[in-house]
Amino acid sequence: MNMIVCIKQVPDPEAPPASFKIDPATNKVIPPKGVSPVISPFDENAVEAALKIKDAQGGKITAISLGHNLLRDVVKKPLSMGADELVLLEDEAFAEGDSWTTAYALAMAIKKIGSYDLIFCGRQAADWDSGLVGLGIAEILGLPSVTLARKITPGNGKVTVERVTADGYEVIETPLPAVITVSNELGEPRYPTIKGIMAAKKKEPIAWKPADLGMETAKIGPAGQHAKLMKLFQPVRESKCELIQADTPEESGAKLALRLKEAKIL
Amino acid sequence: MAEYKGVMVFGETVEGKLSPVTAEMLGAGKRLAKDLGQELCAILVGGDVSGFAQEAVALGADKAYVVNDPLLKDYQTDAYVTVMEKVVKEVMPRILLLGQTTIGRDLAPRLAFRLGTAVSMDCIDLAIDPGSKLLLQTRPVYGGNAQAVFTTELYPQMATVRAKAMSAPERDASRQGQIINIEAGLSPSAVRTRIVQKVTEKVEGIKLEEAEVIVAGGRGIGDANGFKQLEEVAKLLHGAVGATRPPCDNKWVPDSWQIGLTGKIVSPNLYIAVALSGASQHMSGCSGAKNIVAINKDPEANIFKEARFGIVGDWKKVLPAFTQKVKELLAA
Ligand SMILES: Cc1cc2nc3c(=O)[nH]c(=O)nc-3n(C[C@H](O)[C@H](O)[C@H](O)COP(=O)(O)OP(=O)(O)OC[C@H]3O[C@@H](n4cnc5c(N)ncnc54)[C@H](O)[C@@H]3O)c2cc1C
Ligand SMILES: Nc1ncnc2c1ncn2[C@@H]1O[C@H](COP(=O)(O)O)[C@@H](O)[C@H]1O
Repeated sequence: MNMIVCIKQVPDPEAPPASFKIDPATNKVIPPKGVSPVISPFDENAVEAALKIKDAQGGKITAISLGHNLLRDVVKKPLSMGADELVLLEDEAFAEGDSWTTAYALAMAIKKIGSYDLIFCGRQAADWDSGLVGLGIAEILGLPSVTLARKITPGNGKVTVERVTADGYEVIETPLPAVITVSNELGEPRYPTIKGIMAAKKKEPIAWKPADLGMETAKIGPAGQHAKLMKLFQPVRESKCELIQADTPEESGAKLALRLKEAKIL
Repeated sequence: MAEYKGVMVFGETVEGKLSPVTAEMLGAGKRLAKDLGQELCAILVGGDVSGFAQEAVALGADKAYVVNDPLLKDYQTDAYVTVMEKVVKEVMPRILLLGQTTIGRDLAPRLAFRLGTAVSMDCIDLAIDPGSKLLLQTRPVYGGNAQAVFTTELYPQMATVRAKAMSAPERDASRQGQIINIEAGLSPSAVRTRIVQKVTEKVEGIKLEEAEVIVAGGRGIGDANGFKQLEEVAKLLHGAVGATRPPCDNKWVPDSWQIGLTGKIVSPNLYIAVALSGASQHMSGCSGAKNIVAINKDPEANIFKEARFGIVGDWKKVLPAFTQKVKELLAA
């Protein structure tokens, strides 16, 4: 089983909301000081999905990441978790792209890798929260896709996927190769082992440039953008919290009930 | 070359009715169509969905397109993308709206890539730019920490719409509209996937999306037993219990209880947030609540920035006393 996992480096989405700042002049996010970027959490679930299959039936896992200023300690995490190879698409030319240029570049890299049975993505990246790139790759490569996976079982040239729905799940069978986007219901990603971290340190990522992939320049960076960002802003929240205070927590609980009754909320 | 014209809403049904988000999109779509001086239409795709066409008209559609085919009975990506590609090429809508649902999340991106256009996911506001007449698509990004306005010059201009972000129109049963059938023209070989099984986990009591009172618990509840106490309060107030992601991930409660960006979108009158920090991704799902009450032991927790009433304290001490008092007040 040859598996590819697409991972994106993003600002830590769990950083306290108060630390989140944007620069309205450039429509860009100002990375909070002292908070390291991370791999988008659903992409870690995607790595875990591939590792579970590798554990059960063997196989090779190649992680791919596109971006610029990719921190090695961050993007090497899939290797330290147990992935076999890391491909980095890191170039200035990729800057100012969007989901369309990203899907195109990743699809071209996957073509270059050549042999693949399963391609995993996260259900959505934790920066723009779009959930586009996985389906874009599937469309560009002409592959079937299943989104929001929580369990993935390949066998007999097919793969059976449990897909999360609003009130349960559905079981879908699809031929290989296929693109699967993974949701957190799959389960916690494993921690890297010391051995894994040591191996990852030694492993050189494979670096590909646009020219290595035979990419059309019209499909990279700003030229390839489909969606235009007009404005990025932080919504202002007017909040005034009335704190209920009393000598003991029990009293404050009772007081809260009275206050809600008085405010006609109860 | 023919021109892209009008606003099209992709209709979904639940429990034998058009879904609430479909009605909300028809409401928003009407406004956009008016600003463009063009028509609003609905597209209904399924095994046998003719019965919903008149309902779409009653909710404001000037036309309802219907595609019936046994292959479309259940949603499958290949089938729906193929059919919607055909519909868009025939009807050429200027704007195409879908719900940010299990279906819309899957269909809209793939369809956009197929059509070579852009799509903005999970929009909470849509407007026509008075100058360019392009669709301005506002969507929360960075887990709700920021909002972005996107547009595109590619057609159709596509967006998915978040539940409860826009208001549904008044229903007018007497409205007249044109109902037009379109052939699916689908060959079974175009559908590569197969649905083996569909499992619905039955929810007892009031649905989160419809509840007027929600008691939501976070990681600080500690275990499944803790949630029993939240259920007691919810029952008392004829409400439902929700959760942040950690209690779902930890299997204290079913996954379907998750509220937030990647969970349910709720808008109760009262939202009691217990032992949850108020992460932006969680607040994305409940910021429509009229009154948020926070119980948290950390005075610095973000939830106090979002709440109208709050108690800084241990929920294990606060909640039983609150519950007891509510009981007394209700009995009186
Ligand atoms: C892309 C993405 C999508 C996400 N989607 C969602 C989503 O849809 N829904 C969602 O909920 N999350 C989502 N998350 C996760 C989210 O970022 C937060 O991690 C999560 O909401 C935190 O849950 P919490 O508040 O329960 O836990 P924590 O942040 O750990 O907070 C627990 C709180 O409990 C308080 N506490 C502990 N013990 C007690 C006590 N005895 N009494 C009173 N207070 C106590 C603590 O002070 C703390 O504030 C998403 C994350 C990402 C990256
Ligand atoms: N720059 C990138 N590098 C690698 N994978 C990416 C990149 N952008 C998106 N992806 C993958 O596509 C998924 C969906 O991303 P998005 O469409 O941006 O929400 C992510 O969870 C990743 O698996």
